Amino acid sequence: MATKQATRLMNVLRNDQMDAKEKLHLVRLKLHHILFGFNDRKGLLLKLVIYMLLLGIGFVYLYPILYMFITSMKSLNDLLDMAINWIPSSFYTQNYQQAYSVLNIRPALLGSIQIALFPTILQVVVSATVGYGFARFNFPLKRLWFGLMLFSFIIPPQILMMPTYRLFSELGLTGSLSAFTVPAGLGQGLNSTIFILIFYQFFKQTPKSLYEAAEVDGANQLVSFFRIAIPMAVPAFIVAFLFSFVWYWNETYLTTLYLTSSSTDITTILIQLQQFETNYQSLYPTTEASPNRINEGIKMAGTVISILPLLATYFFLQRYFVESVDNTGITGE
Amino acid sequence: MKMKRETLYGYLFILPWLIGFLSLVLYPMIQSFYFSMNDMRITPHGLQFVYAGFNNFLNVWLQDMFFIQELMAFALDTFIRVPVIVVFALVIAMLLNQDVRFKGLFRTIFFLPVIVASGPVISQLVDQGATAIPMLNQDIIMSILNALFPTWFAGVLSNLFNEIITILWYSGVQILLFLAVLQKIDPNLYEAAKIDGGSSWECFWKITLPTIKPLILINLIYTLVSLANSGQNPIINLIYANMFNATRGYGFASAMAWMYAVIIVLMLGILLLAFREKKVKKR
Repeated sequence: MATKQATRLMNVLRNDQMDAKEKLHLVRLKLHHILFGFNDRKGLLLKLVIYMLLLGIGFVYLYPILYMFITSMKSLNDLLDMAINWIPSSFYTQNYQQAYSVLNIRPALLGSIQIALFPTILQVVVSATVGYGFARFNFPLKRLWFGLMLFSFIIPPQILMMPTYRLFSELGLTGSLSAFTVPAGLGQGLNSTIFILIFYQFFKQTPKSLYEAAEVDGANQLVSFFRIAIPMAVPAFIVAFLFSFVWYWNETYLTTLYLTSSSTDITTILIQLQQFETNYQSLYPTTEASPNRINEGIKMAGTVISILPLLATYFFLQRYFVESVDNTGITGE
Repeated sequence: MKMKRETLYGYLFILPWLIGFLSLVLYPMIQSFYFSMNDMRITPHGLQFVYAGFNNFLNVWLQDMFFIQELMAFALDTFIRVPVIVVFALVIAMLLNQDVRFKGLFRTIFFLPVIVASGPVISQLVDQGATAIPMLNQDIIMSILNALFPTWFAGVLSNLFNEIITILWYSGVQILLFLAVLQKIDPNLYEAAKIDGGSSWECFWKITLPTIKPLILINLIYTLVSLANSGQNPIINLIYANMFNATRGYGFASAMAWMYAVIIVLMLGILLLAFREKKVKKR
């Protein structure tokens, strides 16, 4: 397109019938259109600004992750060498080997998956049910319960933490998966308010006539929930499942509280990362002048390993993450 | 008869949540309030309660050296961070809403922090100093800020610059929400405005902003709550520390948590007040 415009411009300049003043005017107008836009077309300058901004902000966003990858590749010499900033002098993987052995990957990965998966399944199912209940039926005190549900989102977890912890330890739930699945199954999982709202919005938007038609055909409420509402709500299920999974995976406050304070075998990757330094010191005891001292490279390698499973999943499923929000209608109409 | 059936089904569907709310939210709340009214001591015979009235609450304000200090810092930080995050999310969402290439790639990048940014990862990165904008010269900014503003405010601002990336990392969900609502605005509106001679600037203030106003409020609330409840928050760690403190104990920690909750609710109240719908008078 640029070449086309350039040739057109040249044609104008070669034209003998116009005098110089006219030519200058035309050229100026043309340049103005290209730079500042014309009608709906955006000008080159505006586009340039938009791309610069996006690239700049994108770089700022990615900077910590890039930094993490690069530092994790640096050997001790590279770390100490001030001249080496972005490109390590050699391909160095020792950090990863050490970090891998410190992190207890296998049980930790298993634990993380357990902690994220089972509560998520329960949470999504229960949120869908409750959201449907709020969206479809009118019952006394509905507004009160709905308000309380919203309210439960803003209560600082610290108020509830102590009594809940006592309750759970009396029931013998601490130190096991039940400490997460029981609240999730009762609609009080992580950020459950958001998920209930997602389903509420979704079911609110589905036309009422569908359910009425089913009722005429003799379906009772349960049948129409399972056969009509749930199949329609697949996008909402996907977004709820993904977000819930990620949030549970990244949760450290509750996992530390329930899993580290009582004796248990369950551990998660993030708990391992929190204890990285102490674990490292017990695995590679520091002696006088030993080369085994922990350094930034090893720490960053541990961090990279800990985010790798989610990162990989994200790159496969990112379409569902970033587009799904549009489909659920959580933003309202 | 139909009314009754509906009531029954409604309660049937929300039953799990109802049980959960009563047993895991309401009951612990009442209990925690009871704790806060007592001095709790762990004795060999189990927990011992000594009724203390509102002493714990008074002590939170009058005796704890850190609470007020941390609270002030938190309030200031929040009042700056929340608008920064929301405005930033809106700017990015509007940039992405333009007709740009690699839109998917950019969206992927901006949403990435939601996936990777968990407590331990962020604290590792902060330890490494990887969360400040690299090429910015911190000293110059600091000296300018110190010259322009009083010290306490300059401190807050320089804090903002030091952790700018972590702050921006909190905006993934907000960007998605803004983007979703921006895409729903009818393009005909803009076209009509353009024909009537409105500039893009006017379109933003007269069309975009009023349309997404409810979502701005939602994003503000979401940001505030997620900042207030995050594990990086010093007050939350203070409460946690007091809980396992021998001389303070649960009672004191509960009182502190309650006071903190009151402050958060006040902040939310201010937000809602600022954004309340002005009643349109009927002509």
